[in-house]
Amino acid sequence: MFHPNEKGFYGAYGGAYIPEMLIPNIEELRGKYLRILESDSFQKTYHHLLSDYAGRPSPLFKAERMSQRYQTNIWLKREDLNHTGSHKLNNTIGQILLAKEMGRRRIIAETGAGQHGVATATVCALMGLECVVYMGQTDMERQAPNVARMRMLGAEVRPALSGNRTLKDATNEALRDWIAHPTDTFYLIGSVVGPHPYPDLVARLQAVISSEIKQQLKEKIGTELPNYVLACVGGGSNAAGSFYHFLEHPSVQLIGTEAAGMGVESGETAASMACGEKGIIHGSMTYLMQDGDGQITEPYSISAGLDYPGIGPLHAFLKDSHRATYLPVTDAEALDAALELTRLEGIIPALESAHALAGLGKLRFKPTDQVVVTVSGRGDKDMKTYMEHFKLTEK
Amino acid sequence: MTRLQKLFSSKKDLLSIYYTAGYPQLNATRVVLDALQESGVDFVEIGMPFSDPLADGPVIQQSGTQALQNGMSLEVLLQQLADMRPGITMPVVLMGYLNPVLKFGMERFLERCAQVGVDGLILPDLPLENYLEEYRPLFERYGISNIFLITPQTPEERVRKLDAHSNSFLYMVSSAAVTGAKKGLSDFQLDYFRRIKAMQLQHPAVVGFGISDNESYKTVCQYAQGAIIGSAFVKLLEQAKDLKGEIQRFISEVKNGK
Ligand SMILES: Cc1ncc(COP(=O)(O)O)c(C=O)c1O
Repeated sequence: MFHPNEKGFYGAYGGAYIPEMLIPNIEELRGKYLRILESDSFQKTYHHLLSDYAGRPSPLFKAERMSQRYQTNIWLKREDLNHTGSHKLNNTIGQILLAKEMGRRRIIAETGAGQHGVATATVCALMGLECVVYMGQTDMERQAPNVARMRMLGAEVRPALSGNRTLKDATNEALRDWIAHPTDTFYLIGSVVGPHPYPDLVARLQAVISSEIKQQLKEKIGTELPNYVLACVGGGSNAAGSFYHFLEHPSVQLIGTEAAGMGVESGETAASMACGEKGIIHGSMTYLMQDGDGQITEPYSISAGLDYPGIGPLHAFLKDSHRATYLPVTDAEALDAALELTRLEGIIPALESAHALAGLGKLRFKPTDQVVVTVSGRGDKDMKTYMEHFKLTEK
Repeated sequence: MTRLQKLFSSKKDLLSIYYTAGYPQLNATRVVLDALQESGVDFVEIGMPFSDPLADGPVIQQSGTQALQNGMSLEVLLQQLADMRPGITMPVVLMGYLNPVLKFGMERFLERCAQVGVDGLILPDLPLENYLEEYRPLFERYGISNIFLITPQTPEERVRKLDAHSNSFLYMVSSAAVTGAKKGLSDFQLDYFRRIKAMQLQHPAVVGFGISDNESYKTVCQYAQGAIIGSAFVKLLEQAKDLKGEIQRFISEVKNGK
């Protein structure tokens, strides 16, 4: 019941609301993706690259001092230790193999924090494919180290200049590029968003996160099922991957944290669940922030990777069906949580991941609970923001 | 017969203009519409601005952003068009994206369109399948034609299907691109126009995207029943000092050459 139907709907959400120009491409992908993903040759290469190239499985680390702080058992799923520094590579490894199988030579992607852009540029370098990444001008400034990484990897980074110049605008530009390059180009989407089959495709490729958590918990504490899984949601890919193999186990509470920016009442927010309504964004029916005329509202978050006015349709469905709970986390709460993890465990998380950690303070745990938090990425890219807020350059 | 069907059964070499509602000023919508009819344009498409227009290039994007800043919305547009009939005798088609229409309410929107005398809708991000499943009875109830796009990549079988579900004309997107004026038409495009013409579809086709002047208009009219000019016209509006005069001149140049 947590898989989309053949038209790509999770309940009322999802589908493929795309212009005729994109239909041949989407139809081809829809017709082929499951067969390719399930083939032996794909599985073999995908798992080989995940282990020997990405360095998986990523550790599941028992955070003792955090556990003490929250009076429970906290496990960190260390996606920050994945090659390139986030969970994004799990998806790009899978999609690049799909692109190759489909004979596409040119790869395009959108990026917010730059982590998906870096992960895409990385696999393009690995496979010798041309790579163009669209990134909002605002994000190019606040995530400058990732722009340099993409360029070093040989990708062309094109600024998106419309709207607030963030992830939504980069996605618009990537879709326009795809419209203009219908035969040679593969659009490598970075999250569980966009028209069907992308949300399902990306969820399947990120599902490795929860499949590893299960196995690791079994080895460490003798049971596969935790009481809680927490993950941040931008588009929702690390959360979808962290939830995936627990969806059918109702005893596991699934918690997504979304970026509230300055607060859900402030108008400066990216909390599409708390502030959004049903509508269409980037080809998908889902929750999105919009005004009374159906114009999409410009989002705001300190975290470029969560600064998006929509959310993947799977999450919209999980919210409505009460299978998962979504909590808004403000900029300030995320910054506090980032500092807390750094000081208690010696791990500097990405700003996005800090939103997941901030979820801990919003829940009541029992001392016997087993709580998994996905640390989706590391904080190197966010040092500029951290330096400013924690005054790290002053004496 | 509908206004669109009458036009298409009576005239060749149709010239249609796309322009953005509420641009360059909020109340320019009617001024431009009147000037286009006086200039002898055959039908118009009025763009309903959207914050995130996926299928549009920079010129139309920018005009939409400006129009939204000017205060344009579906409600305002419908009010501006409320008394256009019977003065405006040519067909009027609205073009825009699905989300604002769904927010307004599809049925309520179609009903209001019918009341003011809008003839058709082009909603690029409403695919044929979703239209057939959810909305066709409403379009039929209010007598609004849903106009489909075809592109160089649309397979023959799908072109036939779109043709079968059309009741006015097919909008032939001239190349794999978002909207925007281009210079010249390639051999690849001409082959595509020939291929569609040779299919002898039930409904006429009109070519849009990248048509900008007398030469491209004349060329596509050899293969299709007409042409739609968008970005080149919107660009003119952006700079126009004397809207009426410059529109007259532009249309006359497209029709007759310089
Ligand atoms: C480290 C990290 N976590 C999370 C996200 C949010 O994406 P998603 O919700 O798809 O996991 C991003 C996106 O850029 C990211 O870089």
